[in-house]
Amino acid sequence: MDIELRNIHKRFGTVHANNDISVVFPAGRITGILGENGAGKSTLMKILSGYQPADTGDILVDGNASRFSSPEDAIQEGIGMLQQDPLDVGAFTTLENFVYGRPERVLPDWQAARKDLEEASAHLGFDLEAETPVERMSIALRQQLEIVRLLALGVKALILDEPTTGISAEQKQTLFAALQQLAHRDGVIILLVSHKLEDVITLCDKVVVLRDGRRIGEEDMPAPGETDPVTLEKIKSQLVHLMFGQELGPHVRLEVPLDKVVLQLENLNLRDRRLQIENLNLSLRQGEVVGLAGLDNSGQGLTMRAICGLESVSSGRVLLEGEDMTNRSYRSFLHRGVVFGAAGRLEEGLIAGLTLTEHMALVRSGRAVLDWPALESYTSESLKHYDVRGEAEDRIEQLSGGNQQRVLMALLPANPQLLILEQPTRGLDVESARWIWQQLLERREGGTAILFSSAELDELVAYSDRILVFHAGRVHEVSDVASTTIDELGYLIGGEFKQV
Amino acid sequence: MNVEFLNTLASVVANATPLVIASIGETITERAGVINLSLNGSLIVTAMAGFIAARVISFGVDVDAIDMIASAEAGLIGGVVVAMLVGALVALIIALSSIELRLDQVTVGFILTLLMADLAQFLGQEYTRIPGPVVPKWPVPLLQDLPLLGPVFFQQNVLVYLSYVLVIGLWFWLFRTRPGMAHRAIGERPEAAYARGTNVNRLRYVYVVLGGALVGVAGGAYSLHFKPGLSNPPAMQGDGWIALAIVIFGGWHPFRVVVGAWLFAALRAVSSDIQKNGLAVLGQTIEFNFVLLNGLPWLMLIVTLLLVSSGAIERLLLLLPGPVQRRMRSVLRSDPPRAIGTTFEVD
Repeated sequence: MDIELRNIHKRFGTVHANNDISVVFPAGRITGILGENGAGKSTLMKILSGYQPADTGDILVDGNASRFSSPEDAIQEGIGMLQQDPLDVGAFTTLENFVYGRPERVLPDWQAARKDLEEASAHLGFDLEAETPVERMSIALRQQLEIVRLLALGVKALILDEPTTGISAEQKQTLFAALQQLAHRDGVIILLVSHKLEDVITLCDKVVVLRDGRRIGEEDMPAPGETDPVTLEKIKSQLVHLMFGQELGPHVRLEVPLDKVVLQLENLNLRDRRLQIENLNLSLRQGEVVGLAGLDNSGQGLTMRAICGLESVSSGRVLLEGEDMTNRSYRSFLHRGVVFGAAGRLEEGLIAGLTLTEHMALVRSGRAVLDWPALESYTSESLKHYDVRGEAEDRIEQLSGGNQQRVLMALLPANPQLLILEQPTRGLDVESARWIWQQLLERREGGTAILFSSAELDELVAYSDRILVFHAGRVHEVSDVASTTIDELGYLIGGEFKQV
Repeated sequence: MNVEFLNTLASVVANATPLVIASIGETITERAGVINLSLNGSLIVTAMAGFIAARVISFGVDVDAIDMIASAEAGLIGGVVVAMLVGALVALIIALSSIELRLDQVTVGFILTLLMADLAQFLGQEYTRIPGPVVPKWPVPLLQDLPLLGPVFFQQNVLVYLSYVLVIGLWFWLFRTRPGMAHRAIGERPEAAYARGTNVNRLRYVYVVLGGALVGVAGGAYSLHFKPGLSNPPAMQGDGWIALAIVIFGGWHPFRVVVGAWLFAALRAVSSDIQKNGLAVLGQTIEFNFVLLNGLPWLMLIVTLLLVSSGAIERLLLLLPGPVQRRMRSVLRSDPPRAIGTTFEVD
């Protein structure tokens, strides 16, 4: 099967999300769709998989023009999409999810379905267990289930939207191996939507770059196993050039003199329902940046929340500038200049439904009666300063993810003692992430200490003075970050402390 | 076993029946992701409609008539059908306002519950405290002779048997059939249902109206058997709220819902017994304040709800061996359908 998109246009209000995009996807090839946030990747893929209709333009499947009015139509034509957050039902078991949507009779043939599921799972080297409830599965397993399910429905073209977000290095290898097998052995068309250069270079045969809704260019990728760093670096910079229209300079690590100790953790013991952290010791000095690495839910979130009073400490002490703050409220931490930024921007960090001015009022105004005009002009000013694309009277959820993150930066106090940030650049493209770090590092120069977690190893290596690696509640410190490679860090995160 | 005790159990099962039917109806609705909060009003208005329809069919419109113009069966069937239609109609208002107009389901449900209760009293005024047809007992051949089970479960009326069928039928539907999976999916994750070709909003209409129809049957069951006739204030005042609570207690699972309804009816029986006879403690009979005793089942309900929502029941699950755990999971899970109260639109 071949798929061709011809002159696809899609507008949302004044935004031209897809502007005359034409591209061919041949059978048995893995094509990367690369672009920064808002480049139009997701829109194009939603059109191709039936979630949205195009305004104009044609989808040709094996040369025949097709129109999809629903995802089901697209699946009938052999095109299926794996969403970033897989579209499964949490309350169902793996098997139920697999069966639901199949053309079964009123009473499904559970035995046959189970056999199909297990065979398909084994065929791709996956590890799916029919009776496991989906809500207890990791993103990686849910992706595997969705892939198996779509293929069982006869899908010959598989679209994956940012599939490597939130999964471990090892899980990524499994996924990529399966995708390679599907494309090169079974002749399936694989489309990988991503903003991660490493991923597309490792996996794809060809990369199509979108920018501002247009198709900017196309590059062939090196054969798998290509390891020559010079070649890889060259391809990378070409892709970056296509994505942003400019090359990003290399990041230069600034040496900031470390001053007095801000935060000290003494024999900290923490516990939540899943894991336990014992005897954590750490001292953090002014201007120091410490990164927390590890898979999701390995203890980084618990630690960061316990440090600022959002989770309780079982035993041990949290000292802030020498003063014992153990188990004090977040409010008293905030009062002392400790600010926490949660990973879930709209869940924990910002309040959906409130305008930007109202957000500003919540953190800035100490008075009972609010001076709205003053707050409004102050907000507008800081939006300009932080380069937020949005107005003071916009509600926060109307902004894109990158702009929401910028608003969060604008809401931070000017000179905090300690910033505790959970995945501050999650879901942001390279440029937005750089901008966020530029802001953070400016504050660092003013003496702010930063504690952050990240799922991106290169981000951790690039910005941290020290790294704490979390694995199932155990903590391992990497003090010499400058000589640590991303590979070594990957092993640590996987729990293989001996390799290093 | 003591005959008196078996009779008590049988009356608990019987008295729980309208609650079972109403809670099963609400479970159907909420499993589809919509909450019908109008239950209390719906029960009162459908009880009124069902009774008046049955009375008019059997005795004619004259409220003083004593001679029947049609058989009691005709009146009863007509009464239940009318109650069902009225219940479906109230539910249709909920469906239209939440799916089409995107109004808040809690607000609309609350307004309807008040409106319907008042409407029932206004329209039913003339038919208050007059006799009408009553659903007769009909012991099931063979089954009624089973030891213990027979006298408790199978010497009842058709409505009670209907409640058994509904409980088992809904369980089978939800957890064993393909359309049942779609039913659960539209209440859990409508986006996923849509991606699999399910017409989310159309199905929501179907299940909301179906659930409402059952609430109607429950209303009819009150006025045509369990609390025959109409009274002012309505005899089943408050039971709609209890049915809503039982759905939560029941973790949206038919088996637990029926246990919840029976448990509540048993508590009521105990408290009314104490009310009548006092409580014998160490040979002494203690009298209780009426108002306090009437509150007892409610208090117990709050306590059990607390236990359920604290996850205590789910923690029990962890004590069971693996394979049993898997089998019991769908029963002991107490999470609400995740998309409950939300609207769905294709973007």
